[in-house]
Amino acid sequence: MKSPVEILKEIRPEFDFTASSDFIEDGMLDSFDMVTFVSTLDKTYGISIQGVDIVPENFKNLQTIEALLRKSGVQL
Amino acid sequence: MNFTFRRKRISGLLTVVPANERSFVEEMKNFNFPEARSLKLKEVMGYDKRRLVEPGVCVSDLAVFGLQHLFDLSLLNRDEIDALFLVTQSPDHFMPPTSNIIQGRLGLKQDVFCLDISQGCAGFVIGLIQAFLLLEQDNIRKVVLINADVLSRKASPKDRNIYPLIGDGASITVLERDTEDSVIHANLKMDGSRAEALIIPAGGLRIPSTSETARLEEVGDNNLRAKDHLFMDGAAIFNFVQVEVPPLIESLLARAGISMDSVDYFFCHQPNRFMLEKLADKMKIPHDKMPNNVVEYFGNNSGATIPTAITFNLRERLLREKLRVCLAGFGAGLTWSAMLISLGNVDFNTIIEYK
Repeated sequence: MKSPVEILKEIRPEFDFTASSDFIEDGMLDSFDMVTFVSTLDKTYGISIQGVDIVPENFKNLQTIEALLRKSGVQL
Repeated sequence: MNFTFRRKRISGLLTVVPANERSFVEEMKNFNFPEARSLKLKEVMGYDKRRLVEPGVCVSDLAVFGLQHLFDLSLLNRDEIDALFLVTQSPDHFMPPTSNIIQGRLGLKQDVFCLDISQGCAGFVIGLIQAFLLLEQDNIRKVVLINADVLSRKASPKDRNIYPLIGDGASITVLERDTEDSVIHANLKMDGSRAEALIIPAGGLRIPSTSETARLEEVGDNNLRAKDHLFMDGAAIFNFVQVEVPPLIESLLARAGISMDSVDYFFCHQPNRFMLEKLADKMKIPHDKMPNNVVEYFGNNSGATIPTAITFNLRERLLREKLRVCLAGFGAGLTWSAMLISLGNVDFNTIIEYK
């Protein structure tokens, strides 16, 4: 199963997501990237991340993304 | 705000889409955006084909074409129309009302109530509410509701946030009294404090159109847009829909004493597939009960998406069957609205092409 960082790398291969603490501020993810990312996470982990949780704060860095996945029922 | 109507029905639906079909794959090169990312977006959002008017085609052209089609096939008698409501965000002119123009071009009787309603993606339910209110009058027997927009003419072809999802089109819905003791529930909410989330900033009297407002500007994410163009704060609108629409539908069904399971279909406004799937998941509605294919085949044609979804997905089935459906629109204003209605045994339910 692909990890979140591997999925991010597929969406935006030009960035190093392990080297940033704020993907949004650093211009690494725009709103459509978030949609693509959520759709891939849903399929990969068999979940449906709630629409109200698709906000930039939850996609700032790998820690907030992992917290979102745990909230959505994924055991990491 | 809640509404209840009795002994009213929809007796026919016609959708008019432009014959001119565009393909997302062909248009991808217009955006300053890597092809691979556009293709992923296509898959998730459902972007594929859409119908756009040719230059110069206006809302009244689509409406007149559709109504004339109904007259020609004797599906509607022009002398029976007591009211003609047009819901649009892209009228032919500031003045006069486009509904009057339609009346004049079709030679409808003078004893008719023409009214333009400035609403967009929530406009189908808003228009139905207005029509049902008017049908409370003894002398009003038949109301024609038109939802039509040609917003592709106000969208920047260089704006990937808006352009790939926009479609043009019109729907014509005929409403009349019901001999059965039917009950229709509706509710709506509005929040003008968030009006700027979905707006065409220039072109009205607040910011008149000038060469300056027509100039394309870099607006982030490699998109180019002018102040004369349609702007949507996509993230804000997405969040608005996910937060506000589920409780609106839940309160509507609770007031009607109807469970989610006993609704046959949920026809929501059709901005994109992703948003509707998230909405369905939130309310635990199976995806096949909430069709989301209008953006894929026609594009988002504003207030006409709900009737487009009904005509496209139910077609002949509605001619012989009655279904309990929940309608939900949301968009400019901000406005959000829902209606629970028994729909079926209609005289017509079809889609035609404007050429």
